[in-house]
Amino acid sequence: MSKTREKETTLYLDPQHPGITGNMMIKLKVKGDTVIKAETHVGYLHRAFEKLVENRNWLQSFTLMCRFCVPEPDPMELTFARAVEKLEGREVPERAKYIRTIVAELARIQSFLLWYGGQSGSSGLYTLGQWSVGDRNYILDLFEDLTGARIYHMYMWPGGVRRDLPKGWIDKAYKTMDYIEGRLDNYNQLLFDNAIFQKRAQGVGIIPKDKAIEWGVVGAPLRGTGIKHDVRIDEPYDAYDKMKFVVPTYEGGDVWARALVRRDEIKQSISIVRQALDNLPEGSYYNRIPNPMKWTVPAGEAWVKTESVRGEIGFYVVSDGGNKPKRVHLKGAAYTHGVTVLEKILPGQNIADVSFILNSLGVCPPEIER
Amino acid sequence: MSILDLKGILSPLGALKQIGKTPHTITFPDEQKRTSERYRGFHYNSLDDCIGCGNCSTICMNEAIDMVGLAEINGGKGDSGLRPRVDYGRCCYCALCVDVCPTGSLNMTKDYVQVDNDPFTFLMTPGKDNPDAQERISFSADLESSLNVFDRVPMRELDPDERVKSFAEVMLGYNEEEARREADRCISCGLCTEACPVHMHIPEYINAIAKGNDNDALQIIYDNNDLPEVCGKVCTRKCEDVCAIQVRGETVAIRWLKGYVTETVNNADLIKKVVNPEIREPNNYKVGIIGAGPAGLTAAYYLSLRGYSVTIYEAHKDPGGMIMYGIPKYRLPYDSIQKQVDYMKKMGVKIHYNTKVGKDIQFQEIYDVNDAVFMGIGLQNAYTLGIENEDADGVWSAIDFLKKVNSDEKVEIGKKVVVVGGGNVSIDAARVSRRLGATVNQSYRRRVKDMPADWEEIEGAEDEGVVFMPQTIPTRVVTDENNKTIGLEYLKAEMVSQDGGRPRPVPIEGSETIIECDSVISAIGQQADFGLLPKEIMEELEMNRGKIAINDDRKTSIPKLFAGGDSVRYGNVDAISAIADGYYATIGIDKMLMKK
Repeated sequence: MSKTREKETTLYLDPQHPGITGNMMIKLKVKGDTVIKAETHVGYLHRAFEKLVENRNWLQSFTLMCRFCVPEPDPMELTFARAVEKLEGREVPERAKYIRTIVAELARIQSFLLWYGGQSGSSGLYTLGQWSVGDRNYILDLFEDLTGARIYHMYMWPGGVRRDLPKGWIDKAYKTMDYIEGRLDNYNQLLFDNAIFQKRAQGVGIIPKDKAIEWGVVGAPLRGTGIKHDVRIDEPYDAYDKMKFVVPTYEGGDVWARALVRRDEIKQSISIVRQALDNLPEGSYYNRIPNPMKWTVPAGEAWVKTESVRGEIGFYVVSDGGNKPKRVHLKGAAYTHGVTVLEKILPGQNIADVSFILNSLGVCPPEIER
Repeated sequence: MSILDLKGILSPLGALKQIGKTPHTITFPDEQKRTSERYRGFHYNSLDDCIGCGNCSTICMNEAIDMVGLAEINGGKGDSGLRPRVDYGRCCYCALCVDVCPTGSLNMTKDYVQVDNDPFTFLMTPGKDNPDAQERISFSADLESSLNVFDRVPMRELDPDERVKSFAEVMLGYNEEEARREADRCISCGLCTEACPVHMHIPEYINAIAKGNDNDALQIIYDNNDLPEVCGKVCTRKCEDVCAIQVRGETVAIRWLKGYVTETVNNADLIKKVVNPEIREPNNYKVGIIGAGPAGLTAAYYLSLRGYSVTIYEAHKDPGGMIMYGIPKYRLPYDSIQKQVDYMKKMGVKIHYNTKVGKDIQFQEIYDVNDAVFMGIGLQNAYTLGIENEDADGVWSAIDFLKKVNSDEKVEIGKKVVVVGGGNVSIDAARVSRRLGATVNQSYRRRVKDMPADWEEIEGAEDEGVVFMPQTIPTRVVTDENNKTIGLEYLKAEMVSQDGGRPRPVPIEGSETIIECDSVISAIGQQADFGLLPKEIMEELEMNRGKIAINDDRKTSIPKLFAGGDSVRYGNVDAISAIADGYYATIGIDKMLMKK
């Protein structure tokens, strides 16, 4: 090795979408192609959602929630709605619980399909990304029919959901599930059976099992270290207590294990959507809130957890009894994964793997900056 | 993994199988993606249905919606004349505006493409700029999904069978929980404020009630209404007619909410403590007020607060004028008026009772000693039916009848009564007659739905057993040899619409019918008695179709003489209009004297 290659250099890796959705910069100290130190720098996306909602009434706040994270707006809505319901003691009709479960699982599927694109794209395999993101549109079509919008649905609000299922939606949902399920083998062919991906993913970006809990790892990265943890099973909400599904785990803690977990979770999500559609109860979809102009929520604080696509998220909502939230705080997966974990596991990795690892952790910068 | 892992190399080549398949993409702009039945695209606003309440603009947290005036929209009763304009640079398509629109006029459409290099084309007035989008309405809010609360909290009433046994108050009033719930329905659009003759701060006090601040609400109410308890029980509530919620649901019970607040403060000392108005230093100007009705009392109260020395001259032995003598006690108990007058007295209003101007004191004297005079003399003389035998025994004018009953005088009306008329006074007379034990028929020349009386009063009368005889025109009082009423002869009428105008009742020839009765009570309107005014003043005083002509300051054509109440009004002959006259006369008098 020549002397120049051994010299330490500082490398600024993007603030522009570094292989993930959202702007974030990683300051790397590299020696040759090897990372020796990584620092996450955020601040490119600060929109002050948590502060903004303090000046909006409860209903207006609800429309901001989905914007915390583009690839998975629904879990944010759902968690905020559940937090407000907890403060108010508001009951949710059984039908609404099932619809919420369906929407939350569809959100997982579409987000995993987007992840396929990111994960394969950051290893140079672009065909799969075209396929999966194209197929994701079928799920977005379902969302459009149901909620009126493709990405920011603003659909699950305190008391239930905003509108009932439209006519013919259930059939369309079944057909879409069948289609997506049929496509999974094609994805496997291009990704998991692919020698390039296998070589790139195995043994890369390892999160040690004994550190995972200590670092606060959640979601697929946690299950990829062999630890079984899922809020949907541990503290079921909505209709999850009535759904039968398994939580896939893989040993290894590397990008490969995390990818396998996600691959298997799509199947589980499809199964949950089908179960919920099969058993969808009749009845009201909405336990209506009072006039939103005068809606006040009893004073108190609530901490509510949900299993989002990237892992456990939680909303801490405080009300002083007024018509606006006093404080809303989101504990998302992105902060721990994108800052704490990333900085710890990058040293020793190849520069070319940084985006690849980042993608497998499921980092969403807008959620870090909230 | 070895390089010979053939599966890993060959497997991705499976993608080649997809070659030749039709892509499921569309080629824009040759094709446009068809959006769903519920798509949240650009807005469409039905300009005719929209009432310009501005609720959409209020809920929009991006401030994307401005309310703007349009040339083709004039506004008017229950319509602000403004329509929403959306800035699509700010709109986030959340459609909360659709869900909170009380009229359902604002919807979203399937349209989503707007390409132009002029940024101002993205400022769109839905409905005006895209009239054809009506066919593509997608996301809308029906009664079920709308966020407005359309159902009114029901008012508890005395059972009709119990009611006719006594003069106990019929409306039992909201309790605290009911009032909060009802106040919660208000969307604070303020159309009611515009419709109220005195422009009370309705959204503000309802907001205070909703928050549980009843004292604040009372303070706000007293800002421009000194007789809120009266209004809380018997107001004709122009406000509720224009309530935005009323377009698709039941109007917010503004009157009962005001009633609730005033009833929570139950004596004059407490009112004084809660309202705690600012009283200016005495300014040495004197104002004389003729008539202690709502107009006179209001002028007296607000003038006192402004430091004027005010004296009221009242012919009767009690204050209140027509609200005291004309409104039955089951609607407005005596102590409601007394409580508020006691409070006014504490604020410095002086009242001389049993002092009839023109008899006990001359008008000229009052005019000379005061710096301004306000006249609220009301309508004391009833119109006569103008039919045969109207002077018979047992023919009453409603106003005299009610005055006698309210003064606890003994009134003999017999077993069967026919009331003639369709206004609130006629319904009062009918319901009072029921309480005196008579069976009551009510003759009205048009249809029941044409009756100018309050719908709640009409329903109340029906519940209590008053039988309406619509489309009947009295022609003769039938009497016995002692000139005692034994019946009423009337003609049936048919409704004939001329030139598409309001249908008029036309008598059907030969349809004479006689209904037996012991009394006939006529309630077809009253006129003012100007006997108190000296001839010279009467000659100078400009009149307008039998009523005193006034300007916006309630000033008459006579220097320093102001007037208000029923004797200056057409149409809105009611307490709240009288209160408005008193209130605005205060401002007029203040303007005149302070300019000196």
